[in-house]
Amino acid sequence: MAVTKEVQLKVDNIHMAFGGVQALMGVSFEVRKGEIFSIIGPNGAGKTVLLNCINGLYHPQKGKVEFEGKEITKSRPYQRAKMGISRTFQKLELFKGATVLDNIRLGRHIHLKTGLISGAIYFGKTAREEIEHRDFIEREIIDLLEIEHIRDKMVGMLPYGLQKRIELARALALNPRIILLDEPLAGLNLEEVEDMARFILDINEEDRWQTTCVLVEHDMGVVMDISHRVMALNFGEKIADGTPPEVQNNPQVIKAYLGEAEDLYVTRR
Amino acid sequence: MSHVGSWKETEITKDLTIPKLFLQAAKKYWDKKVAMREKEFGIWIPITWKQYYENVKQIALGMVSLGLEREDKVAMIGDNRPEALWAEMAAMCVGGVGVWLFQDSLIDEVKYIIDHADAKLMVGEGQEEVDKCLMIKDKCPKLRKMLWDDPKGMRGYDDPILISIKEVMKIGKEIDQKEPGLFEDIIMKGKGEEVCLLFYTSGTTALPKGALLTHYNMLTMGRNLMRVDPYFETDDFVSYLPFAWIGEQMMSISCGIQAGFTVNFPEEPETAQENIREIGPHVMFAPPRVYEQMVRNVQVKYLDASWSKRRAYELAMKIGYHVADLQFSKKPVPWYWKALDFLASMGVHKKLKDHLGLSRIRDTYTGGAAMGPDHFRFFHALGVNLKQIYGQTEIAGISVLHRDDDIKFDTVGIPIPDTEVKTTPDGEIISKSPSVFIGYYKMPEETAKALRDGWLHSGDTGFIDTDGHLVVFDRTKDVMTLGDGTKFAPQYLETRLKFSPYIKDVWAIGDNRPYVTSVICIDYSVVGNWAEARNIAYTSYPELSQMPEIYELVKKEIIQMNKDLPPVAKIKKFVNLYKEFDADDEELTRTRKLRRAFVEERYKDIVTGLYSETQSVHMDTNITYEDGRVIHIKTDLRVMEVPQ
Repeated sequence: MAVTKEVQLKVDNIHMAFGGVQALMGVSFEVRKGEIFSIIGPNGAGKTVLLNCINGLYHPQKGKVEFEGKEITKSRPYQRAKMGISRTFQKLELFKGATVLDNIRLGRHIHLKTGLISGAIYFGKTAREEIEHRDFIEREIIDLLEIEHIRDKMVGMLPYGLQKRIELARALALNPRIILLDEPLAGLNLEEVEDMARFILDINEEDRWQTTCVLVEHDMGVVMDISHRVMALNFGEKIADGTPPEVQNNPQVIKAYLGEAEDLYVTRR
Repeated sequence: MSHVGSWKETEITKDLTIPKLFLQAAKKYWDKKVAMREKEFGIWIPITWKQYYENVKQIALGMVSLGLEREDKVAMIGDNRPEALWAEMAAMCVGGVGVWLFQDSLIDEVKYIIDHADAKLMVGEGQEEVDKCLMIKDKCPKLRKMLWDDPKGMRGYDDPILISIKEVMKIGKEIDQKEPGLFEDIIMKGKGEEVCLLFYTSGTTALPKGALLTHYNMLTMGRNLMRVDPYFETDDFVSYLPFAWIGEQMMSISCGIQAGFTVNFPEEPETAQENIREIGPHVMFAPPRVYEQMVRNVQVKYLDASWSKRRAYELAMKIGYHVADLQFSKKPVPWYWKALDFLASMGVHKKLKDHLGLSRIRDTYTGGAAMGPDHFRFFHALGVNLKQIYGQTEIAGISVLHRDDDIKFDTVGIPIPDTEVKTTPDGEIISKSPSVFIGYYKMPEETAKALRDGWLHSGDTGFIDTDGHLVVFDRTKDVMTLGDGTKFAPQYLETRLKFSPYIKDVWAIGDNRPYVTSVICIDYSVVGNWAEARNIAYTSYPELSQMPEIYELVKKEIIQMNKDLPPVAKIKKFVNLYKEFDADDEELTRTRKLRRAFVEERYKDIVTGLYSETQSVHMDTNITYEDGRVIHIKTDLRVMEVPQ
């Protein structure tokens, strides 16, 4: 998708402390509609905390979060989900005892309009609604992520690489306007990383999706390859942001996070 | 000898073509009958003959506007899907010649075939095939356009050689509106003796050769096969094996269009087994590896099952085997055995067949390579009517077939009607029928070698037994001469050993050697499960294959098989290979036949090791991955002796 100038998500001077630990100290940034925006930084830099502040799991002590021009700092997570903010988790948050399809359907639940009783009777509008949602899941998600062969499998029985894909599938079921991806490549093998990177690009670029992605990731090769802009955090503070080459060549980033300059761009090929 | 039923035979004249029959069938069934089904987005989506006809018409006219003329070649690559069949039929309708490539072909193979066949158009499924086309287009100047149908991942492609099949159909539709009737006129111009398919044989030794098959060849083959086993328009068939394999063409095209049965396409290659079960086909033709995999699945489930289930299975199989053996030897089955077999069938066999997708099967065939007697008996014990087919691409797929009540698992049956098969004095199998091809494309010398006085020389050795059944020994060049001078088919050893669930591939060596040895490729998932159940830790195939416990496991399987062999043919030593044989490494053909001359050269260190006193062999080779990457491997392989 062509990256627009329009700011979709604005994070302004966020502070977040846990007891005596300052996890975020005045972080501000803007994500433009249609871009892949990556957040990098060493372990403990506050990347996941930042995502949690955006989708509402944490409420920052100071600062503002704006989504599409509306302030959402005080909104509950489900309200933000309804607005189109979706996320995946680094440590998978799936129902291991349920099937792949059921897990994905769960991500769709927020869009269900019919209630318990009409669901029990299952007639007319309710049935139509279910068929519509089914169609969406099959056409847009299962086909995109190539998981036809495991539709009816128990999630807990699947290899880790596929579980990561289901995590993404569930987040997509929300039909998000922006998707927060927390280390989607961690623990995957080379082939799975390539697949996942392709899916992220698909979600961002395919006409059907055109979804803004906020990516937290350690795999520098992929981050630098696919991101439009990158922000680097260190000890809860923003130390740089800009295009991948700008961040790569930022001396502070090199010093704080990446060690020696030649290690910075680690390609996977 | 042929069945008499409601089957109505098509009269095949020299004028009849596959498209003409297609036209007849489409008009006859129109929107009353489903021509094909594809599982998509989790649902089986029917396509009527009317839709089939309309789609083929639009693609065909679109192809003409792209410059396709009569006798031009159209190369096709991709998974089995309706669009593939439409494109092939469309090419044939306008007098073009279909050329199929295996979907997993590496770039050099694709380039060779596209270039050698002088293909003008290429039809591919999606991004993967498009990438292949873009890589070779500069080296294949005759290629004009590439058609693709799956839009996934195609957003960034704007090379002018590419055109989507939707666009082609749009062009075709416009032409049809301007000139209605044009399509049918073009079809009517076709003649039966025109070439419709250029089929590249996989070739266990040399470069692929392109066999030219005419409409007449394909149609007579289908008719002659159906004179033995008629298929009906109510039948279901699942198309999931590569179209580049003649067996799939034979069923989906030659028989499909004559019988008018419904062709079903699975959702994805990974879901094929599941989808077959959902459809429950009546007819099936597959190479032995498909059946071998089914047997392995059952065996693995058996190993994992509870005690009572295992006992039930053992008992039912014992009954099944006994009854099958009685039938094989054409002895009457006593009533009490029939009763027991019925119980076994209700209790176990029926369920097993359902899981394998064979619950409605009427005729099922194996061909293309040798199948072990153990596998064969297994299916008959379940009550599955599995029969051997023998033939070559050069005879449009099939010349010899088992009859329903006359099955011998060490033979391939008797010739189908209209077909003569005999052996030359030095044992080569030769055949003659209306389906024999007209020659290899641009290879007159090879044609002269294969076709002499109308007889097709197969290069296989065999003989005809006292019942008139053909016994295929092996490829002539593969027959081994053992230590004491007897001739022996290595395939026999290999197929026997492959009945073990732990062994995926075998290569038996012993030609002009003092004793027989073998190189074993273990089955990674089955042996892996076995190891996990015994707390044996491993990280990779190479590591697992070299574990002493696994060597012992394989040794036990070999000792078991050795029991039934004459002393000179017993396997004396073996090596577990550090990888599976793979077509990408050129060790197998695309139809998974072992290329002996090649592996002999590639693994000559192992062979030397097997015929010396050494305990281990050092290996230093490359492995090619599917995306073309080459990885260097260094490892030591253990040589193990099998106690006699």
